[in-house]
Amino acid sequence: MRWVNRHARRGDRIFLGALPILLLVLLYLFLAAQRHAANPMDKILPLPGSMADAMSVLLFQKDQLSGQFVFWADTLASLQRLGIGLGIATLSALAVGLVLGVLPPVRATFGPLVTAIAVIPPIALLPILFIALGLGETAKVALIVIGVAPVMMRDIAAYVAGLPREQIVKAQTLGASSWQIMIRVALPQAMPRLLHAMRLSLGPAWVFLISAEAIASDVGLGYRIFLVRRYLAMDVIIPYVAWIAILAILMDAALTVASRRLYPWAHGASH
Amino acid sequence: MSALLSLRDIWVEYGDKIVLERVDLDIEAGSFVSIVGPSGAGKSSLLRVVLGQEVPTRGTILLDGERLKPECGPDRGVVFQRYSVFPHLSALQNTIFGLECAKAPLTARLFGGARRRAMAEAEEMLRAVGLGDALHLYPAQMSGGMQQRLAIAQALIKRPRILLLDEPFGALDPGIRADMHALIMRLWRDYSLTIIMVTHDIREAFTLGTRVLALDKRRHDPHAPHRFGATAVYDLPLRRRADPAPSEEAAAETSQQNDEEEVGNG
Repeated sequence: MRWVNRHARRGDRIFLGALPILLLVLLYLFLAAQRHAANPMDKILPLPGSMADAMSVLLFQKDQLSGQFVFWADTLASLQRLGIGLGIATLSALAVGLVLGVLPPVRATFGPLVTAIAVIPPIALLPILFIALGLGETAKVALIVIGVAPVMMRDIAAYVAGLPREQIVKAQTLGASSWQIMIRVALPQAMPRLLHAMRLSLGPAWVFLISAEAIASDVGLGYRIFLVRRYLAMDVIIPYVAWIAILAILMDAALTVASRRLYPWAHGASH
Repeated sequence: MSALLSLRDIWVEYGDKIVLERVDLDIEAGSFVSIVGPSGAGKSSLLRVVLGQEVPTRGTILLDGERLKPECGPDRGVVFQRYSVFPHLSALQNTIFGLECAKAPLTARLFGGARRRAMAEAEEMLRAVGLGDALHLYPAQMSGGMQQRLAIAQALIKRPRILLLDEPFGALDPGIRADMHALIMRLWRDYSLTIIMVTHDIREAFTLGTRVLALDKRRHDPHAPHRFGATAVYDLPLRRRADPAPSEEAAAETSQQNDEEEVGNG
């Protein structure tokens, strides 16, 4: 049987998907054990035990200086920045994308501007943001917004502009005005695409969040990773990275589920 | 002769390519005009001009003696071959949309009693096209024929002066197509519609139409084929309006006879 025709069954799929992850974990454990056999004080590849010890301090003990549980404070601060940044980016992408996509004169006027902003590497703007907005939360959120929003705007605008011309004509023959076409024809159809654009933007949003936190912050997942790097504290960095991965996967899954639940017509499945 | 729609000296040009030239047409209220012609003869361009989707390079179009605005409006309904219905709305929502647009300019949604009245009207229209059992289905759950029925219901609820059909049955199976022919004949009679239909199926054109227009180029320059546009080279009036239209079951059979007797008339 050809490989293109081999489809794994559901149970097998879970097993197959878990296999490479398990192998990587085993490989890590093997290498870590080897290093520790040679040097019991090795910090580069910590064993699970030392990771658990280091993390339990951050998870369950209040920091003496700030009086907070460090891990949870970091998570909350990062998620808050990410959420606000991604939220603003999404809302502006929806508004701008709709207007650009539906109204040709607006597209002609502001399309090039959006494109121009989108091609600027956002990290290059970070110094400007820090100078203009200070080192506080605003600059970090602004970096995420500037990094993510233009791409989402262009995506939504292109998607809306690409809706079949027949639909727009049909809506007009049903008496719809430009505004009505925007809110009743374009907006609902842009929503699943918007959730999709959010999923794709999660990766860049995390990059900008970690960058901003690494450079100027006093709390946050990215801040912590870059702080403990100075002490080669791999027993903190590795669990933090794993935690970021888990958060990202959960957000991605939540967006996928939300899209299927809210917009079943867009997924071709039975409703 | 009282013409509902008049086209006077219509030219459509794209750059130096002439698609339609000197099209003069008068279309009477209550007629069913089929437009046939080879590919690229400007059938769809003509329909888009009447629809208002495209502005003719020259010429005027009069609807009820008044010049048409160069954009689409609710006085002209349309059914395309595809993409005529909104995929994010159920059949009922698709049909109500036209009523909502007229009555709620800001929200384009109706509530309470107004909504119930609109829903009743839409349900009746959907029943008339045979979708009484599919009110809450989304277009993705419907067959091609059902989607075209929905597109027709959606257009008819606005009571357009003219219904424009752009190869509406071109993508359907032959069996379904015969059902759709029967449906459109029934609706044409029941709602006293004026219909202009573009088709490449000549049999369909003669079966359904009270008048068949054949578009083609009158002149042909072999060195610059794009410099001459198409116009109505044949204009065949078929049975008169007063004549009893073929019943739904007989629609398919009568096509043969129509071909013979009416071509003689034309």
